[in-house]
Amino acid sequence: MATPQPDAGTPVVEVSHLRKTYPAARRGAGPKTAVSDVSFQIARGEIFGILGPNGAGKTTTVECLAGLRHADGGTVRVLGQDPQADPLLIREHVGVQLQEAALHDKITVAEALDVFGSFYTERADSAELLDLLDLTAHRHQQFGKLSGGQKQRLSIALALVGKPQVAILDELTTGLDPAARRATWELVERVRDSGVTVLLVTHFMDEAERLCDRLVVIDGGRVVAEGTPSALIEGLEGDRGVRLRFADDGARDRATQLLTALAERDDDVTAAVPVGDEIEVTGTRKVLFAVVQALAAADVVPDDVRTLERTLEDVFVQVTGRQYRVEENEEVAA
Amino acid sequence: MTAVETTRPVRVNHGGLRFRAFWTLFGSELRVWLREPTGVFFALIFPSLLLLGLGLAIPDFSKPMVDAPPPWNEAPGVTSYLPTIIALAVGTISLTTMPVQFATFREKGILKRLSTTPMPPQNLVGVHMVINVLALIVSAGAAVVGGMVVLGVPFAADPLVVLLVLVLSTTAMFSLGLLVAARAEKGQTASGLGMLIYFPSLMFSGVWVPLSVMPEWMQEIGLYLPLGAAAQGLTMGWFGNEGFPLAQVLVLTVWTLVLFPLGVKLFRWS
Repeated sequence: MATPQPDAGTPVVEVSHLRKTYPAARRGAGPKTAVSDVSFQIARGEIFGILGPNGAGKTTTVECLAGLRHADGGTVRVLGQDPQADPLLIREHVGVQLQEAALHDKITVAEALDVFGSFYTERADSAELLDLLDLTAHRHQQFGKLSGGQKQRLSIALALVGKPQVAILDELTTGLDPAARRATWELVERVRDSGVTVLLVTHFMDEAERLCDRLVVIDGGRVVAEGTPSALIEGLEGDRGVRLRFADDGARDRATQLLTALAERDDDVTAAVPVGDEIEVTGTRKVLFAVVQALAAADVVPDDVRTLERTLEDVFVQVTGRQYRVEENEEVAA
Repeated sequence: MTAVETTRPVRVNHGGLRFRAFWTLFGSELRVWLREPTGVFFALIFPSLLLLGLGLAIPDFSKPMVDAPPPWNEAPGVTSYLPTIIALAVGTISLTTMPVQFATFREKGILKRLSTTPMPPQNLVGVHMVINVLALIVSAGAAVVGGMVVLGVPFAADPLVVLLVLVLSTTAMFSLGLLVAARAEKGQTASGLGMLIYFPSLMFSGVWVPLSVMPEWMQEIGLYLPLGAAAQGLTMGWFGNEGFPLAQVLVLTVWTLVLFPLGVKLFRWS
């Protein structure tokens, strides 16, 4: 974590009851409310996530708080200032990495860092930054010739070159391969550890769960859940699950009998149902113990036991009542 | 990097810093600009190449203009084509180079990206205005020097008039280029729109049919078009025997006063 700051108690970013409606895109279409009511606070030194499907209002929220867009209602404070009233006040202190690549194809990595660095009164050391972002070997390469991951890393470097207090990273890992994603995640943690408060906008559940200290889930322009990833997952209602696999059909049939009987007599076990060639047992947090004890007592040994992971996706399903689909809220082109 | 100081942000407005940053941006943009060979060719070399190519290839262009009043009766025919080529240089940069540049910045999100920094995107447009002016000086200068050295074209009779018309042509045509780029979401859209204006403009400025043999009615129309007025004004300044190109200067001034504010007002920064 970052060194505690004197005013660690006051939020770095405060958004309350933010609202933004776009005028009708076409004749006949109604105005589109991108953000109807979004509030959250970000503390210094944390990685804060805004998570939700595409079209949920994430980018609009971030653009309002970066002073790039004018909100219709609500208030925004960044480092105590109102970016809606005077966006220039926060430019020096808020680094932004936008969704799309935003450089000339023929500018080199080092040139881009130099130019962007020249915009700020205080600037990070280019060599250090290149090192942090693993770009030192590519510093003379042109932007258009970089890989997707390298482009993203450069984009992050440019967001950090002005020594910002807050870095906004929008859809950081879209289009990256798994290895590059993991590397980027580590990098974001290093950035946070260097003292920068990170606002991470993402539609990836796993990314938010892995990286964020706290997050809001946004859906349909509203905050539908807020908290730490673990608290949100802990707070899930309903059963936990265990999946069991057996070496042969005989063992599986015996186990099915045992576990069905167990479900009837033990309150901690709700049900045991076959799923493919496995058995899924659901129940309270004690379900795993109950299952293992029952099987051990009867000397039925499973080949494999897995607890079913509960994720932010389950949180989304619970708070919205529907499956999480990334493109769900996208407007269908007429 | 070290842990950041907790400072309440204040507006930093060091004039010196901004000034240095502008020229850093200029240097980098210029280098990047020079890495695009096609763009550089059209902006810098195309006009001179056309002048020298036609001047050497067309027999009438090398013969002296015997019908012209002295001292021009000893000058080669291509002399009357040089002012048109200077107008072509202005038109090429403002209608082919500039709109594509600015629309591409928008398309790639560069304007929006700059909006998030202390350096507003207006500076990027400003930097490219400077680069385009420099490109124009090189391009027009090369045409004049090439015409004089290779083809034996005499220098302008009224250089100051030529310079005045050139400056006004540049402001009028750059404003037109800005307007063409103002709304286009893609470089290609801006390119198409620019071409749609570029080719008719060339016609009225005497690139296809030289001004000297252009029908009266076409010259009348050309007078009211920015590039047409530019070519006519430059021609009058070069030969210096038809007086001051007052109408052309007025037309170019009015175009500038109308197009520039319109371009600025309509220009989308994201």
